[in-house]
Amino acid sequence: MLTYLINGISLGSVYAIIALGYTMVYGIAKMLNFAHGDIIMVGGYASFCAMSYLGWPPAVAVLFSIGVCTVLGIVIERLAYKPLRSATSLAVLITAIGVSYFLQNVALLVWTSNPKVYPNIFEKIPPITVGEAQISGVTMVTILANIVIMIALTLFTGKTRMGKAMRAVSEDKGAATLMGINVNFTISMTFAIGSGLAAIAGVLLCTAYPNLVPTTGAMPGIKAFVAAVFGGIGSIPGAMIGGILLGVIEIVARALVPDVPSDIFVFAVLIIVLLVKPSGLLGKTVREKV
Amino acid sequence: MANSENGKTMLKVEDLNVYYGSIHAIKGISFEVNQGEIVTLIGANGAGKSTTLNTVGGLLKASSGTIEFEGKSIAGTPAHKVVSEGMALCPEGRRIFQRLTVKENLEMGAYTRNKAEADETIEKVYEQFPRLKERFRQIAGTLSGGEQQMLAMGRALMSKPKLIMLDEPSMGLAPILVQQIFDIIESLNKDGTTILLVEQNAQMALSIADRAYVLETGRIVNSGTGDSLLHDDSVRRAYLGG
Repeated sequence: MLTYLINGISLGSVYAIIALGYTMVYGIAKMLNFAHGDIIMVGGYASFCAMSYLGWPPAVAVLFSIGVCTVLGIVIERLAYKPLRSATSLAVLITAIGVSYFLQNVALLVWTSNPKVYPNIFEKIPPITVGEAQISGVTMVTILANIVIMIALTLFTGKTRMGKAMRAVSEDKGAATLMGINVNFTISMTFAIGSGLAAIAGVLLCTAYPNLVPTTGAMPGIKAFVAAVFGGIGSIPGAMIGGILLGVIEIVARALVPDVPSDIFVFAVLIIVLLVKPSGLLGKTVREKV
Repeated sequence: MANSENGKTMLKVEDLNVYYGSIHAIKGISFEVNQGEIVTLIGANGAGKSTTLNTVGGLLKASSGTIEFEGKSIAGTPAHKVVSEGMALCPEGRRIFQRLTVKENLEMGAYTRNKAEADETIEKVYEQFPRLKERFRQIAGTLSGGEQQMLAMGRALMSKPKLIMLDEPSMGLAPILVQQIFDIIESLNKDGTTILLVEQNAQMALSIADRAYVLETGRIVNSGTGDSLLHDDSVRRAYLGG
């Protein structure tokens, strides 16, 4: 049981990192970037290529992958979403789905549908044994990365000038502009951070599940979206709690009822949460006085 | 009016036209605000008062006309750079950041300035609005309406503007608070800030204004000193209830 729990937390931590990206972009740009999952896939391929074809060491490959995804995020926002800043949210949503398919198909052209076997970049970290359970290197790194990222994002949005400006933009773009905040730049930065996180998630996901194909990011992306909604979209701790709970539910369900696809439970959880508490576990309900 | 620069034209708007889609909201208005003055734009709902302020503040684009601030054209300046020119807009409905704390709201007001300058100004704003100092850690959305208005004004002052534009600062406030807000506007003006005020409460606005313009469906139909308009028959009938 402990093994399942640890595996669940590990998978959940990957969901959480993806969900943090979702929630950042949603919280600040007020849009659901359904291409977020596919940026994970690009992050996976970018680091894979850097290691396997260019022979770069894993640490450099990870940084390269973060760089690629950050730039990709900024470019996607500029080309696909910025022109729709004043369009209906439905138009933006459909565009995001379009970007998602675009990235998958470009990946299909470039890397074909043959799966790439992602190397275990954390194999040098010795597993530790807790009772009956063995915790692998990638599990430890994933959980640790998740905690570090959550703390860093909380400090960034709470304490830094840029982070506060992001929160101001998320509430009222017009008023933020009057303060002298460059709204377009701020939204670009949000996408940069979200996409950089997606690259990290891509590396961790591919190391744990080394089968890399153009649709690698799609399902985790959707599940991370569920996690973000589960925890309360727009909330940073919510994304983390939602992600971890979802990972645990998925792994435990897979172990207890192996005959039923575990995704059924994942999406059942989403439906129940939306019925009972539509704003999510830590969803914000703001009292507004006028 | 201690400053020797007083009387110099600070803001000059000429033949301004603004469209909302196909609606011609502002039809060629011209007005100016001189250094040290309180100037008010009065008029009914939909006359174009807020549209005028939002255009000067850069939130809306004018289709034609010139806006000069201290002799420099600002019509093409990106909205987020207007505040660095020395002009702050305190928008209609206050539009404070509800989920940020009082202090964070004030910090946002000084976004274009460095931290040392901001820290200095925040103390001055706290002096002006002691209530904000008492509540600096509170989430802004939990403040009362009057406190939110003070926060919106304090936030605009954080950029140390030469000209502050106030859009309906008395809206939705109890009469005692309205008086308080107008007292604050007068004291800001005495401290050297030039004020462009948009108000539906014409009585109050005209009584503190040096000069005033009357807007009707996008046109300036009357102007003069605050005092003369307060006693003008047509203004009395239309805006002062007899």
